[in-house]
This record gives sequence, structure tokens and C-alpha cells, in this order.
Amino acid sequence: MEPAELLAAYEQMAVIRRTEKAAHDLFLQGLVKGTTHLAAGHEAIAVGASAALRPDDYVFATYRGHHHALARGATPQECLAELMSRATGLCKAKGGSMHLTKAATGMLGSYAIVGAHLPMAAGAAWSARLRGTEQIAVAFFGDGATNIGAFHEALNLAAVWKLPVLFVCENNLYMEYTPIADVTAVPRPAADRAPGYGIPGEVVDGNDVVAVQEVVARLAGRARAGGGPALLEAETYRHFGHSRADPATYRPAEEVERWLKHDPLDLARGRLVELGVAPETITEADERASTVVREAVEVAKAAPPPDPREALTDVWADGGAAWRT
Amino acid sequence: MADVISYREAVAEGIAREMRRDPTVVCLGEDIGEAGGVFKTTVGLRAEFGSERVWDTPISEQAIVGAAMGAAMTGMRPVAEIMFSDFLACCWDYLANEIPKVRYMTGGQVTVPLVVRTANGGGLGFGAQHSQATENWAFTIPGLKIAAPATPGDVIGMMAAAIRSDDPVVFFEHKALLATKGTPPPPDHVVELGRAAVVREGADVTLVALASMVPLALKAAELLSGEGIEAEVVDLRCLVPLDMSTVLASLGRTSRLVTVEENPYQGGWGGTLVSVVADEGFGLLDAPVRRVTGECVPLPFADALEEEVIPTVEKVVAAVRDLAAY
Repeated sequence: MEPAELLAAYEQMAVIRRTEKAAHDLFLQGLVKGTTHLAAGHEAIAVGASAALRPDDYVFATYRGHHHALARGATPQECLAELMSRATGLCKAKGGSMHLTKAATGMLGSYAIVGAHLPMAAGAAWSARLRGTEQIAVAFFGDGATNIGAFHEALNLAAVWKLPVLFVCENNLYMEYTPIADVTAVPRPAADRAPGYGIPGEVVDGNDVVAVQEVVARLAGRARAGGGPALLEAETYRHFGHSRADPATYRPAEEVERWLKHDPLDLARGRLVELGVAPETITEADERASTVVREAVEVAKAAPPPDPREALTDVWADGGAAWRT
Repeated sequence: MADVISYREAVAEGIAREMRRDPTVVCLGEDIGEAGGVFKTTVGLRAEFGSERVWDTPISEQAIVGAAMGAAMTGMRPVAEIMFSDFLACCWDYLANEIPKVRYMTGGQVTVPLVVRTANGGGLGFGAQHSQATENWAFTIPGLKIAAPATPGDVIGMMAAAIRSDDPVVFFEHKALLATKGTPPPPDHVVELGRAAVVREGADVTLVALASMVPLALKAAELLSGEGIEAEVVDLRCLVPLDMSTVLASLGRTSRLVTVEENPYQGGWGGTLVSVVADEGFGLLDAPVRRVTGECVPLPFADALEEEVIPTVEKVVAAVRDLAAY
């Protein structure tokens, strides 16, 4: 990455980190209901991958998908308004934290049934191939999804059809509350499965935005050129528990400490300094990120709730929900 | 085109007409290519449209329907085959959680114009895991349109409407009807989804039926006619949208109602239909409603056992006789 590109990536990660912090704080204030699955700690995967993708590529994410929505064009204001059940929310307050979607920018959804979106990403890649657009599709998923049937069905189909799709596993070591290693037959839950489908399986430091950008650029280029799918396992760590209900006390203190020292923002900052970017320039990026998120919180808070009549729209393409003539 | 077309030929013909018209229509499913489908319902499609539009899949129902969904979200109109409707259970997440909800939970951002075709129903002795009438399963889910044609002409016309629909459609092709024949419909024949058909007029009782139950109800009506009871037969054709206005109008003429459904009584679509009648058409009734349905058991293998648990002409005749005398 060039310094300017890395600085932009850093700023985007800072925006995501602050948005996640805001989501956390707003939950504690009672302004976000339901639950959230924060991706603080995973920022480099979303931002690094996005930096390697074309704007018209397709992205499918999981219920832990705030970072992907933000990296793929959703604004903090739209996302926070959605979390706070406002009419101005990204999905008109019908989706919530687990379903952030911005189809106009290729963020084709966050899916809350583990592993369900991998076949969809294969289908979007199939569609791109049929239409001859050279777009690719990317499915981001957690380590837990690697033991779901849809994961295996999607990988096999993508491999036999040579589809331009990347499967990117965010391995944060915990499948919800249980260590993935305790319930998986191979040490690398994603990458070790790749040979079974005859596709490349790679491992990357998911907290290093530059490393993620480089490997995704390479695998995306291969897919775009007709080389078929690949499976990437990005090692990372969640700063929070699985969801709002989870204080994550099952994680060993030294493990948490080790990973917190390997923070994606710190790593990127270090790289920027190495590249000769002035510390004050980095601080300015941090300040811009803080301002954007602070203002987003205020604007989203001030937005109105949805019109209750909206509950009966958007089932069908005609906009309505009628099931009988 | 020949003077007659079978129901099974009508499936391929209906798909082919749309594939000729719209290059975004593509097919995927198990054994649908060179093999022409296990029920020979996709014969000729691979030869005419090639392997870039007619794709054989692995036995991976989740991947079939999930990939169809992803393709539908991004500009294609996929027609996915799930071989036997019983196998829909293997991809139930997509039918219950993904396809019907994505438009709603994204606030209307995403359209999923796909068709999931499947061979439905009993009567052929395939045993418990290849014989169910499963349209009820889909009927419980807001967001899926449900088509179940009874004639070759309707197969073609409803296939056109299903493929052109911007909403997801589950298209139930009845196995027991595959060999039946009818007149091929004219070019560009489209049967709008949600339009029931009065396929026999009568003043004494309304029989509401779907798919293979339609010819069965018609046979029962002929027998009853010999006894002086004239049954009106309504072919519902779709469960969603559900054409209650045709049912209520028929009831206005006959004042008696019998639903004829192959699926079990427990949770059957007839239950919903008669509940709407009770809500909105109670004053039209001169007698209780009757539901002729499958028994609440898995479908057995032997003919004698299968006939015991799914509707037959005799069961319909008996139900109507009983009601006519009320």
C-alpha cells in the first residue's frame, strides 16, 4: 500500500472502531435494543479486503458485519440509525444490527444464520460470470461457519463451477463461546479444508491491513482472471464477547492481553510511521474519524422512529405484504 | 407443435419459452442437463440453450437454492430444481430464513426473482421420503409465492408468470400429473399468479382443489352429478397469492364448501381457506365446511396403504354426499 492508501485505510478502521464503541455505548444507554455482535478487532479484514476489491464487487457478511457494511459504503450515521431503530436506518429499521445491507454499493447483506450466505456468494459470482462482468463475490464468515453444511456445499460448487468467489474466514478463535479448536477436526478450520475442494487455502494475519489487502488483491485477481475460488483464513480476535450478552470471561487473560497488543489500528499506525507519515497526520485522521462518528451519533439520535405502517411493506416487489388477492 | 402436450413436456416447454424470451433465465439442478431431469421435465433444454444456461449441480440442495438466491439478487432469473419436494427440507434455511426475508429485512433493497421447481405429492408408491405433498410447508412462510398447476396449459402459463415474477416462487409440479395431457397453449400464454379457475360449474357445492386433487375432484363431481348433486370445482392454482374472491363468489352460488387437499389435515392449506370463509363468508354457508385431506401419517409404500391415507374420489364423493344432505 502507498502511504496515502494506507492512511485512508487507517482512517476507515478508526471510523469502524469508533462506530463499534458508539454502538456499545448506545446499547448501555438503552438506545440500541436486541443485541449487537461487535467487530472491534476485526477491522483490518474488512478494510484490507475492500481496498483490494472493485467498487462493483459483491460482499456477503454475517451478523458480525458492521465493519463490512462500513467498509463497503454504508455511513456510520445510516448504521447507527439502524441500530437505534430510526426511520433513517440503513434498512429502514427492519434489519437491525445483524442485517446491515447496502445493495447499491454491493454490500449484499449480513446474514444471521451461520454459513447461509456462502452459497449466495457463489451464486452472485456465478451470475457475474454469466453476465461476463468480471465482478467477483466475497463471503466473509466466522470460524464457526466452517462446520456448517452450507460451507462445504458452497466450496464444492464454487470449485467445480470455477466461480470467481473468495471465501474469507475471520478466525477469531471462538465459535460463539466455544474455542473453535475444541470442536473442529483440523487445526486451521478454513485453510485446512481447502485441499478437500482442490482450491487454494491461505492464512493471513487478519490484523494487518496491508497483508490482508495484498493477499485479497492476489486471490481476487486470480478469480477475476478465471482461476476460480479461494479460501482465505484471516487470524484475528474480537475485543468484545460474542454478543452483548457475553462478557467473554472464558478467554484466558494472557490470550486477551496478547491479542490486544496486536491491535490492527496500532499495527497500521506503526506501518504509517515506518513509511514516514508524520504523527500529527495520523492524529488528524483519528480526529476526523472521531468527529464523523460523534456527529453520526447525534444525527441518528435525532432521527424519527419508523412509521408503524412500514411494518406491512417490503415483503413483495410491489412494495406490499398482501398474501391474497 | 403437436396437438397435445403432456404435463411433463409442458414443464420444459414453459421454461424454454422464457429462456428464449429472456437471456437472464438460467436453470440449475441435479441431473437436469443431458439427463433431462429424473422426471424428464427438462428434456431438450441443454440441447437448445447449452451448458452455460442449463447447469448440472452436485447433490447439494443448500448450494442449489443458495446459489440461485445469490444469482437472483445480482441480475439473473434462475430456475432451480429440487428433485423431490421432500428434499426441500434439505434447503429449508433458504426457503424459510433467507429468500423470503431478505427483501423485508433490507428495507426493500434486494429483489429475489427466482423459481424453485419441485416434484410434489404421492400416488406413485415412492414411499414416505419421496411422496409428500409439501406445499403447506411453504404456505406457513410470508414472502414465498406458491404455484401448483393442475394442467399442461397452466404449467406453461404459470411457469411464465413465475419466471417473470420479481418475487420468489415455489413451483410445485405434481408427480401424479406428469403423464396427463392437454392442448398446448398459444405463444406468450401467461396465467397470472393468484387467479383461481372455476373448472366445472355447479349449484350445489363448491369443491376447492389444488394440483392432482383437481382431476380427482372433477371425477367426483361427475359421479355426484349422476346422483343429482352438481358440484362446482375451483382449481386454486396458487396458494400465495390466494384467490379468496373466486372461492367466496363460488360459495355465494352453492352455499356449501369442501376443500380437497392431499397434504395432511394438520396444518393444511384448507384450514386457512376455511378460516377465511368463516371470517368473511359465514353468511354464505348453509352447512358446515368439510375438509378431505391426507391422514396425519407419513405416506406408506403399498398402494392399498397409500390409498388409505390420501384423498380418493370415493372419499370426496362421500364427503359431498354427507354435506349435500345436511
